[in-house]
Order: sequence, then structure tokens, then C-alpha cells
Amino acid sequence: MLRYLIRRLLAAAVILLVITVITFVIFYALPSNPALLACGKTCSPSRLAEIKHSLGLDQSFMTQFWEFFKGLFVGRDYGDQSLRVHCGAPCLGLSFQTDTPVLTTLLGDFPADLSLGLGAAVVFLVLGVGLGMVAAVRRGKAADKAAVGFALVGVSVQIYFIGLLLLFLFVDKWQILPASGYTPITQDPAAWFQGLILPWITLVIVYLAMYTRLTRSSMLEVFAEDYMRTARAKGLPARKVVLKHGLRAAITPIITIFGMDVGSLIGGSAVITESVFGINGIGKLAVDSVQNSDLPVILGTTLFAATFVVLANVVVDVVYGLVDPRVRLA
Amino acid sequence: MSLQTSPHPAQVAPASAPFLDVRDLRVHFPTEDGIVKSVDGVSFTLEKGSTLGIVGESGSGKSVTSLALLGLHKGTRAQVSGEIRLEGRDLVALPEHDMRALRGRTVSMIFQDPLSALHPYFTVGAQIAEAYQVHHRVSKKEARDRAVEMLKRVGIPQPDRRAKDYPHQFSGGMRQRAMIAMSLVCDPALLIADEPTTALDVTVQAQILDLIRDLQEEFGSAVILITHDLGVVADIADDILVMYGGRRIEYGSVRDVLTRPEHPYTWGLLESMPHIGGDVERRLNPIAGSPPSLIDLPSGCAFHPRCTFKGWVPHGLCAAERPELLAVAGTDRHIAACHLTAETKREIRGRRAAQ
Amino acid sequence: MSSTQHLPGQTAVPADGPSAGENLLEVRGLTKHFPIRQGIVFQRQVGAVRAVDGVDFTVGAGRSLGLVGESGCGKSTTGRLVTRLLEPTAGSVLFDGEDITHTPEARMKEARRNLQMIFQDPYSSLNPRHTVGTIVETPMRLNGINPPQGHKKRAQELLETVGLNPEHYNRYPNEFSGGQRQRIGIARALALRPKLIVADEPVSALDVSIQAQIVNLLQDLQREFGIAFVFIAHDLAVVRHFCERVAVMYLGKVVEVADRQTLYTRPRHPYTHALLSAVPEPDPDGTRRRERIRLAGDVPSPVDPPSGCRFRPRCWKAQAKCAAEEPPLVRISGNPDGHLTACHFPEEPSVEARAQDIVLDPALSGSAESPASSS
Repeated sequence: MLRYLIRRLLAAAVILLVITVITFVIFYALPSNPALLACGKTCSPSRLAEIKHSLGLDQSFMTQFWEFFKGLFVGRDYGDQSLRVHCGAPCLGLSFQTDTPVLTTLLGDFPADLSLGLGAAVVFLVLGVGLGMVAAVRRGKAADKAAVGFALVGVSVQIYFIGLLLLFLFVDKWQILPASGYTPITQDPAAWFQGLILPWITLVIVYLAMYTRLTRSSMLEVFAEDYMRTARAKGLPARKVVLKHGLRAAITPIITIFGMDVGSLIGGSAVITESVFGINGIGKLAVDSVQNSDLPVILGTTLFAATFVVLANVVVDVVYGLVDPRVRLA
Repeated sequence: MSLQTSPHPAQVAPASAPFLDVRDLRVHFPTEDGIVKSVDGVSFTLEKGSTLGIVGESGSGKSVTSLALLGLHKGTRAQVSGEIRLEGRDLVALPEHDMRALRGRTVSMIFQDPLSALHPYFTVGAQIAEAYQVHHRVSKKEARDRAVEMLKRVGIPQPDRRAKDYPHQFSGGMRQRAMIAMSLVCDPALLIADEPTTALDVTVQAQILDLIRDLQEEFGSAVILITHDLGVVADIADDILVMYGGRRIEYGSVRDVLTRPEHPYTWGLLESMPHIGGDVERRLNPIAGSPPSLIDLPSGCAFHPRCTFKGWVPHGLCAAERPELLAVAGTDRHIAACHLTAETKREIRGRRAAQ
Repeated sequence: MSSTQHLPGQTAVPADGPSAGENLLEVRGLTKHFPIRQGIVFQRQVGAVRAVDGVDFTVGAGRSLGLVGESGCGKSTTGRLVTRLLEPTAGSVLFDGEDITHTPEARMKEARRNLQMIFQDPYSSLNPRHTVGTIVETPMRLNGINPPQGHKKRAQELLETVGLNPEHYNRYPNEFSGGQRQRIGIARALALRPKLIVADEPVSALDVSIQAQIVNLLQDLQREFGIAFVFIAHDLAVVRHFCERVAVMYLGKVVEVADRQTLYTRPRHPYTHALLSAVPEPDPDGTRRRERIRLAGDVPSPVDPPSGCRFRPRCWKAQAKCAAEEPPLVRISGNPDGHLTACHFPEEPSVEARAQDIVLDPALSGSAESPASSS
């Protein structure tokens, strides 16, 4: 088990390194020029060169990459003697735009993603698995058709549509909720909750559909297994057959997907939801950084999101090993 | 003589009702293509302590029959009719709640493939203990002890330790032993074994068959063994029921049916397989064609399109009329459904012996 | 299927086949170890599944050899090594005088034409997207064979040879029953007019009534075209019916080999005895009282096989010598010519019932002493 964990974590580090390189290369190959953006409208060639130098853009690709890589472990110093900025390890660089360390920005935005992602995930997992089970047990009957139909709608509609509709109804028309935004839970738990209700509902509607379908099909597959017949042949009541023998087996593929979803959600993949509801999360940060060709922030958000997805993968595998005794983690 | 509906064998003195009395059992599945008549009018009886072998190819209805005995078609689309009288109670009419109380306790089942029939995520011990706890008000500890005791009885070494293992950690033979332990944990009066050794190697098969026989002697249960292997039936059963296309075509004691088979299909089954002491120069005599579709069963005798001897029956009777199950002369309870007369069969046998 | 059509373009070999002694296939010390790897970053080999561990046999042109044994004995792996679907770890395979043990894939063409395989599962061994015609023609096209009558005509002839309707040329495998699919597989194997066919459990997935049809078909083809067979099966009666010579395998080794008459009536290896005594027979009278041997437990793991004789831990005759010394596969005293047995303490050459049954299974030991143990 320990040996397995070590191996998986080493592999995760390699994957993250590869992602860093790829992001770096892509950015390097892009035609946009961040120095020009930072220079503003009245830009002279000498000013441009100066900015280029201060951003480190005049150095070779390898040097730039090496500086960045080194910064991850030992930190980095920016600027001239007069205007020295220290960025402690693990340093993801300074934003071209704001000159603040990327990590600081990321960590500042992270609680919003964590609240949004985890909150929604718990709800769509519980509801989705529950609905999917009902649909599977009542296969072909009204409840199943309703669940399947609902799932179809959820998959088809777009996040911004649901989000804007909810905003219109709850905030503008009925004025039940305040104009949204993110308030840290430490500051005002009630405001935190009120601000997140609509984004949660939006995410839940979208993901719930997938989890309902997934649970339903996984359950139906399990129902066809011989061991389910054995469970009935023992004389177990139907409820126990479904909840104990059925769910236990059907839940494993769902765990996999759930782990990935949570990983990417809290890593900032709820971009659209964030922007619809004006939540300053990592997703929004990433989008802004791309628009501004802010390489350090792009790299930072990419790595941050990738770390969560990769870690979620490791966690999923470990959980899998605990759930399914046939999986040997060695 | 109305032998068509009489359940027959095993019951010599009809004074007391037989332990298990299946009458005119039908299991039909409505599908988009039509009604699949998996079991279509099957009757048999079985006493405690004896074994019935049900033989047939895939689609003969033998497995569907066994699921009907457990009431596992209840709550599905299957339409079950007829009677399954177990100690006088009709299981077909029994509500699901009462049937559930019998499942695993009075009637239990051993399935063909123990790897897929055991739950992969629960330990073997827990699965056996669960089967006991459903029907007995006992503590977890007591149920577990009972499971270990059963594992020991079926010959699993170190049962205390192996109870904590998962099915995939067992070998094929050991898994089937565990399955048997699970099905016997409540001392069932009727044990149904559906192809219990088909997935096993021959030396392991011999161990398992001996074990079932051994346990039957010890517990005195009635056993129904479903198989396609006449050798296995000969080894372990008292009576044999040969099914074709969801119907009975021959039924009697193992000795009668295997030494003097009366139906051409039974002849075919016996002659199509080589025997370990047989004549290697003799060609196998296969049954032509393939098993029939259960939606559109051939008219008359369902076997007639594959039968070599339909020409011996005049007026195309085989295709026109379904043969009744008639008593075989000189036996007390051997019946077969074939239009061939006893005289014609004697002639056919004579010719074939001369070959 | 009482008779087989003549396979066009191939001269029939007389039923008695070419003279014996002329070996079409010669296998020496054939070994296949599947490595088991483990490691944190770099995988290193920590052991091996010794699936086949030094197997010798020969098959004469037009002859048939049966490989029997229980799951895990290595019989299927042996078949795959012979047809080079797997690369042997050691040993040699001589086919038609040529060493094909390590012939690179590109140069296997010639041998492949003469060396075909039939698989167990008629459902998964045919590509469902190809028509029957394409399936049967493919080997010819791959090998650049252009029959004078054309590919289609030839494929139709082959379908007819195996008892299928040639008009079904354009149908797909899913339109056929299991037995018919197995016939398609056989037609494909015949397309190149092979000298040897390795048949791996060709009938065990089929219904009882269909098995006989396929066995008869294979037998007709063998007689008609003088094809040699390596017939792999767990069903001892089918192997006896089909093969003149039979080798019994246990844990990757051949423990006994002889002509069928000798092997089935005068076996010497205890494992062969146990195997034969376990076969159920549809003979309720028990005209010939056979011995009853019930082994205990299961075949041990091929990862760490027992020292010396591999059957030793389950054998009722095992002594210290069996653990120390591996018995060679030789003609032991009392064996007729060609009957080889790998055993230090061989059994009496008989399958008749013994004075006392051998019951090693602990769950059955109670019934062993009981007088009612006749079966």
C-alpha cells in the first residue's frame, strides 16, 4: 500500500512536470506579446525592451523555464536592487499584471472554489445516486421515465442559461436572495450561504443529471449479475438486496467519476458558473490571465488545477482499493 | 390413462402427498417478438432424500424451472402458472413475502459459476453468515461461527481463516464448496443445483458430486440437479427428467431411462457423446440441426425436425400431433412422449445393434 | 455430415496416412515462463508463472495427438507456443523439418500456411464486422494465394466442405449458431490447406448435441486430407475418441504419454489414474467397476511449483524421493513401446476398482469407510 502510494505520487510529480513544460511551450509559441500589453498605449522601443527585460522575456526558453522550475523549490527574487520583490518557495512567479506572487492570488481565490465545488458535489452525489437507484429499481415505470427525462434536460441545458434564469427569478424578480457574490465563511456564514445557493443549484442541476444516469446504468448492470440472484435466493428482502449487495457494487464506477469531478471543480473548472455569478474564483482568474497573456498566472492556474485532478486520481485509486477487495494496490 | 398431467415417478404409493409435487408448470416471458415459452407444462415429483436430474440443452427450460421453484420469477414479467406443491403448499400462489421466508431456508440453490454467483466485495464468511442470519435470530458472532462450521464441513482447510477471504482468493473448486456451504447453512429440505460442476475440472467435479451426495445423506434433503451431462446424472440421481423445448419428453428412474431410453432425443444425447470405454472406431451419431426457438416451437413433437426416425411414423403424425407422455411397458414409472410404437422401436434397436 | 466433399486442389492422403516415424512436428523442451514484475519506479522481475516447463512431444504427418489436463496445466499455452502465437522462453519447435522456434514474424508466412489453429470460443474468434466470405478468404489473401477458380468460389467450396450453405457467403457471424460459427472457424483454418491444425478446446463451448457434429467433421477432414492434429481438450472421452496418442499434462509438464488404448486402460501415473476415475459415465449399471480416487485440494500455483515431482503434494504414493528428484518422462518397466511415464512409484496398469477407494478429500473421508461408497 505504502509502496503503491509512493509510486503513484512520484508518477503524479512527473505528470505535473510534463504539464508545466507543455504549458510553457504553448505560451512561448503564442503570437501574443505580454510586454506590449504591459507597456500600454504610449510605448517606445526602449521602454518595451526594459519591460521585456524586467519580465525576463528577453532570455532564452531554457533559461526562463529553469528559473521558473528553480523558483518552485527555492523561491525567486524579482526586480532590480532598488525594487526587489521576493517570492518564496514554492514560487509560481509574479503576475505580469499585478506584480503579486501568483500563489498568493491563487490561495486567496481558492476558498471560493472549495466552497462552490465541495458544496455542490455533496448534493449532486447524494441526490444523483438516490435518483439513479430509484430509476433503476422502477425501471420502465413512471419514476424511471421522469428521472431519465429530467436527466436528459439537465444534460442538454447550458450552465449560463440555468444560471441567468435563476438569477433573474430569485434575485431580480422575486428578490428572495441578494445579488450574489462570494463572502468568506469566516466573515459572515449567512452571507456565504446565501451567495452560494444559486451557484450550487446551477452546478447540481448540471451534474445531477449525469450522476443519475450513471447510477441508473451502473445499477442495472449490477442487477443482471449472478450474485444479485444469489442474494435473492438467500431470502434477503428486496430492499437489502438493492441497498447492500447492489449499491456496494454499483458505486465503484461512480467513485471514479466523482473523484475526478471534485478534483477539477475545486481546481477551478467551474469557470462559467463563477463568471455568471460574479464569484472571483480560480476559473475566472485563469480566463482573465489568458486574455492578458499573463504567463505566470496561466501557468499557476493550470498547475494548480492539474495538481487537484492528479491528486484526486490518486485518492480515487486508493479508495477503489479499499472498496473493491480484488484491486491489489502494490 | 391420463399420464399427460400426472407427475409420476418417485411416488410409488400415492397415499401420502409427495414432498415436492410440480404439476403442469408453465413459465412464459412476453417479449416484443412473441411469447417465449421457456417452460411449457412440466410435471414431476420428488421425495426427501432422493435426487432428480433434469437434463437438456441450452434453452430446454431446465434453469428457468429451477428459478420458478425458488419463486424468483415473482415481480418480473414472467407469467408463471401451474402448481409447485412443496409439502402441500403451492409456491406459485404464495405471495412474495411468504416465498421469501422459504428461500434459502426451505429451498436453496447452488449456482453454476460460483465466481459470479458470490458477491466480489464481501468475504465468503460474511456471505454465508448473512444467509443464516436472514432466517435465524442470532448474533453476528453466532452466525459467523455457523459459517465457519459449514466451511469446515464442506472440506475447506483452515475454515476460520478462509472465512475472512474474498471469493476471488478461492480456487474454483473451493468457491463451489463455499457456495454449497452457503446453500446448506439453513438445512434446506430442497436443494437445487444448477450445473454445479460445469465450470469445474473433472477431478474437482468428482469431489463436488461426492460431497453433494454425502451431504444429502447427512441432511436428508431432496436434491434437484440440473445438468447437460448424462454422466453426472447417472452418477448421482435417482430419477431423470429429459426436457426439450420447455417440455418433458422422457421421465423415469435413471436406470430405466439410461439403459432403455425410449425417446429418440435421449438416444441422440447418449450416442452423440463418446464414452470413456466406448469403441473409438465407431462414429459419433450426432443429433442433426440445433435446439429450437422457444417463441416458435415446431408443431407436433418439438423434436421432429431433428429426428432421424420421423419417417417410421405414418401420416406425418410427428409434425401434426403432439405426442402424449405414455407409460413404457414393463416399467412402473417410465414415461416418454414419442409417436414411435414399441414395435417400431424394437425394430430400430435391432437394426442399430446389427450395424 | 456423413461424408465430406473433396477439398479441391488437394490430393487425398490414404486413411492410414504417411508412414509413421516421419515427424511433422517435433517439440523439444518447450518452455514458457510469464514474468511477474514488481517495483516502485523500475519494474524488476520477481518471479515467473511457469505455464509450460519443458514439454517434449512429436506428431507424425496425418496423426493426432491429444493434450489433456485440468485448467492451469499449460495445455492451451502449449498450443499457442506451437502455432507461435506466443514466443517460447526456451526449447525448440521443429515443423516440417524447419526450426520455427524463433522465426521472425515476417518469415513465418510459409509455416503459417501449413500450421493453423481452431479456437474454443466460436463467438469471440470471428470478427463480427466481416462477412463469412471475408473471414474465410483473408488467410488466402494475406498469404498471396490465388486459387484458379478465384477467392470467392474457393471460399464457397470451403463453406460447403465444412457443411455450411455456400450461399451464406455474404452473411455475418452473428447470423449463425455456435456450432455453425465453429464450422466457419474450421473453414478458415482449412483455407490454406494446412498440414497441421492445433485445435484448442474446439467443442467445449458447444451444446452436447452439436459437439458430435463438430467432432465428426474434424475427423472426416483429417481422414480426407491427411491433416495432423494437436487436439487440446479437458474432456477425456472426446480426446480418446479423436486422438490416437494422448499426453496428460500436469502443472506445465507432460506426466504420461501413450497410445489411447494403453493410456486409458493401463495408465501408470497416479494422476492419470485419478483423472480417469473422475470421469462420470452414463452407465447406471456400472458394468465395469472402476476405481474411485478423490484427490484433495487443488493444483498448486505454477509460480512456485513443488520440488521434484509436481504431483507429489497430492499423491497418495509420494515418498522422500519424489520431493528430491524429478522423475524423468521415460518408458518405465512394464510399459509397452511408446508409453512414457514420469513417476518414481508407478501404479498397477489397470483402472479396475481397487480393494479400497482412495479418498484424500477431508470432506469426504467420512464416506470413505462406509460400505455404501459404491458409485
